[in-house]
Amino acid sequence: MIRLVKRPQPSAAWSYGAPLLAVLATILAGGLLFFFLGKNPGEAIATIFWEPLFGEFAFFYRPQLLIKGAPLVLIAIGLSLGFKAGIWNIGAEGQYIIGALCGAGVALAMYPLNVFWLFPAMVLAGALGGWAWAMIPALLKTRFGTNEILVSLMLVYVAEQFLASMSLGLMKNPEGFGFPGSRNLQQYPAAHNAEIIANTGLHWGVLAALISVIFAYVLLTRHRLGFSIRVTGDAPRAATFSGVSPKRLVIFCLGTSGALAGLAGLFEVAGPAGQVTIDFNVGYGFTAIIVAFLGRLHPVGILLAGGLMALTYIGGDIAQSQLGLPAAAIQIFQGMLLFFLLAIDVFTNYRLQIGRQEAA
Amino acid sequence: MDLSAINPVLLLAALLAAATPILLAATGELIAEKAGVLNLGVEGMMITGAICGFATAVETGSPLLGFAAAAVGGAALSLLFAFLTQVALANQVASGLALTLFGLGLSALLGQSYVGVKPPRMEDVNFGPLADIPLIGRIFFQHDLVLYLGVVLVASVWAFLKYTRSGLILKAVGENHDAAHALGYKVVRIRTLAIMFGGACAGAGGAYISLVRVPQWTEGMTAGVGWIALALVVFASWKPWRVLLGAYLFGGITQLQLNLQGAGVAIPVEYLAMSPYIITIVVLVLLSADKAQAPASLGRTFHASQ
Amino acid sequence: MAQDKTKVGFVYVGPVGDGGWTYEHDQGRLAVVEHFGDAVETVFVENVAEGPDSERVMTQMALDGADLIFTTSFGYMDPTINVAAKFPNVKFEHATGYKRADNVSTYSARFYEGRAVQGHIAGKMTESNIIGYIGSYPIPEVIRGINSAYIHAKKVNPDVEFKIVWAYTWFDPAKEADAAKVLIDQGADVVLQHTDSTAPQAAAQEAGNVITFGQASDMAEYAPKPRVSSIIDNWAPYYIARTQAVIDGTWESMDTWDGIGPGMVGIGEITDAVPADVKAEAIALRDAIASGEYHPFTGPLKKQDGSDWLAEGEVADDGTLAGMNFYVEGLDGEIPQ
Repeated sequence: MIRLVKRPQPSAAWSYGAPLLAVLATILAGGLLFFFLGKNPGEAIATIFWEPLFGEFAFFYRPQLLIKGAPLVLIAIGLSLGFKAGIWNIGAEGQYIIGALCGAGVALAMYPLNVFWLFPAMVLAGALGGWAWAMIPALLKTRFGTNEILVSLMLVYVAEQFLASMSLGLMKNPEGFGFPGSRNLQQYPAAHNAEIIANTGLHWGVLAALISVIFAYVLLTRHRLGFSIRVTGDAPRAATFSGVSPKRLVIFCLGTSGALAGLAGLFEVAGPAGQVTIDFNVGYGFTAIIVAFLGRLHPVGILLAGGLMALTYIGGDIAQSQLGLPAAAIQIFQGMLLFFLLAIDVFTNYRLQIGRQEAA
Repeated sequence: MDLSAINPVLLLAALLAAATPILLAATGELIAEKAGVLNLGVEGMMITGAICGFATAVETGSPLLGFAAAAVGGAALSLLFAFLTQVALANQVASGLALTLFGLGLSALLGQSYVGVKPPRMEDVNFGPLADIPLIGRIFFQHDLVLYLGVVLVASVWAFLKYTRSGLILKAVGENHDAAHALGYKVVRIRTLAIMFGGACAGAGGAYISLVRVPQWTEGMTAGVGWIALALVVFASWKPWRVLLGAYLFGGITQLQLNLQGAGVAIPVEYLAMSPYIITIVVLVLLSADKAQAPASLGRTFHASQ
Repeated sequence: MAQDKTKVGFVYVGPVGDGGWTYEHDQGRLAVVEHFGDAVETVFVENVAEGPDSERVMTQMALDGADLIFTTSFGYMDPTINVAAKFPNVKFEHATGYKRADNVSTYSARFYEGRAVQGHIAGKMTESNIIGYIGSYPIPEVIRGINSAYIHAKKVNPDVEFKIVWAYTWFDPAKEADAAKVLIDQGADVVLQHTDSTAPQAAAQEAGNVITFGQASDMAEYAPKPRVSSIIDNWAPYYIARTQAVIDGTWESMDTWDGIGPGMVGIGEITDAVPADVKAEAIALRDAIASGEYHPFTGPLKKQDGSDWLAEGEVADDGTLAGMNFYVEGLDGEIPQ
């Protein structure tokens, strides 16, 4: 019979090979799907993966990859710290919304004052907002032992309603003819998270995402706190002896991920999105969970995974318009990519053994 | 403002129908979680069930066949999740989210030719004279079959978990899979069955939306109900009867909110719409005093060699 | 021209299978395909989130050589303006917005004209004198519809009362069904909806003696009753005309707000469930609005707080209508903020 046997150490070959294999498998299965939808599979795959990177208009799409990928990476880095320690914040979407609302709130309250400290103040407010929203599940968990998965998830829905209320009420643009949505921060120079170098897509959020990758890498490999996080995930009981109390770890991990998600929301609302609107959040908080796992909770992996997800979004939209593929097919394609990555990843830690079962 | 416009009898009757989709989905998820599996793909399984049920009902003319197909569709989709988490040992949170993404896309593709089609009507069960009892008749005896099956399902799950040997084994697997394995139980097989049961229930819950509550097919029509079902399981602290209570409470708040608006009461709608979620959090906190905790192995990956 | 085919792009906020808003825009696109055949190529992207995603999709269409791009959601307003500034040779058409540029037109439909016809039929036909109204979000577009329907219901039935329920969602069929049921349970025998699913129609059919009106699409599958008529979004004539203008090189930036007259708002067949005399009146009202002889917001009209709005014979200006944020006199309740 065939069975899985745990490797004594994760296989380095597989940990690099698995993502490639998964992409190949997705290309095959996705190609088949596109074929059945009556499209040329080769053309469809090339449009999704090749066009944004090396196509005729790559000069435009490459910066877009940064814009689309940055919030995913920024949020996923924060989440990965907690996930490593077995602390499950799946409410990043809510923290993202609250961060955006707090940051935009500061800007809208100061409008039209153009002062240099406004943007830094917004960044601070965004991070604090996300942090505070994440502190609710953190404190409830440390104080009462409630499940943080559920509390953080519930708070996403609370945040969404709050967002609707703000767009229709308090933050509504007074010059917007009664339509919902706030002033556009892109037209408010002191508050605008503009591109640092024009036409590169490089805004402060992208920079923050890159810094967070480095920060997380250093934390996990060089710092004692990072050691505690890793130990807690692997062996919760042993972690008690590592010197960091589990409660402090919960506060730290949820707080950090909340603050990063809040930052992502702030950079988005002050930059690419520009406005607080009812539909401001587009699911980055949930997609980032997938990105964190695709990146195997490793900072560099997350960076690559965020790029890959962004690529499928951008390439998917191109395929829709150039080839007439329905959005649903792109969704299925993304789903398949995740399935294959998750499934094939098993070989990093396990190997197949074919033959008789040994005595345990 | 005219509160007398609100008819409590009709409010209660509407509440029972409104609660049924989340009731079905949450009961299925409860079994999966009791077995130690956290499947966040409920939304994806519900929407897949919604289109499978809708298409089958339209093609065959039988809503009941539709429900059967919805259960099969939901269970089939959940097999993907079962394969990922039980065989390939993938993380359950990520697999569940991927399942939702996949299910939303799949259902949209399947449903392309069913937009704007009217499904066959689901008839109410004929209770004869019972339906004519004042008040009680309108509240309890003028509904369709699936609504009653939902309540029966809750009762069955309760009895299954409490009184049957299989139920005890299921709980043992959810509490400590290593111990259960040592005792010779097939952890992977039991969990796979539990996941499929969850998928079937979610599928049926989705079909209740597309065939009874709405009834029509549009892309993404479950509009987040699957996530509420997930919340409900926790709200109920993994107890079947509390799932029933919670489903009525969740459904009831929406009904009450709309009723108050209709009666002209100036309520902040967004804040009332948040309330079920806030109440769930409050309940979670209150329950923490109670010893009712999550199944100990919930969300953890099992591998026999460990 | 750089190429022989004219390329027209459409950016959709929902899936084409939503059976409502996006579905009708896509019907408009298909009409363009039908009308021009090989002379025109259309492309579309569905489910495009407002904000940076929409900006990217528009840019991509422009890069791919689109000559004309329709952006079909209010939230695409600022992105459309941004992208249009970068592509001065591409024409943009933004639905329901108010920002224009040399290469950006705006267009919208006077749905409130259709609401007037609905209000008339509703006022005549209600027996309980309670008319239920399902709103999506409290925004000018929806408030305008409520006022228009109310004014015309009240005109033919002074005892009429409106019950308004806000769903706070653009799209949640189950919630729309709930809202309709609540209104019916509270005595409404006419349900008007400003949400796009057929859920309220099904709820009305279930309840029996309730009438409804199709919204966005005809919803003829619920005719002759409960659905007695409908407001249909008909973008086809506009899309064809604007595409033609691009082909001819006569395209200019403008603000179009069309109603029943030019055919942007269609009134679906009034069924026999409506008494013949009411039907005749409704058709007369429709025709009067279509010809421009009658404006649904004609004074004397007061605001809800009793202050004067329009004097005898005065007609509301488009600016006030576009940003309408008040109820007219007689409506109960407050607009939620």
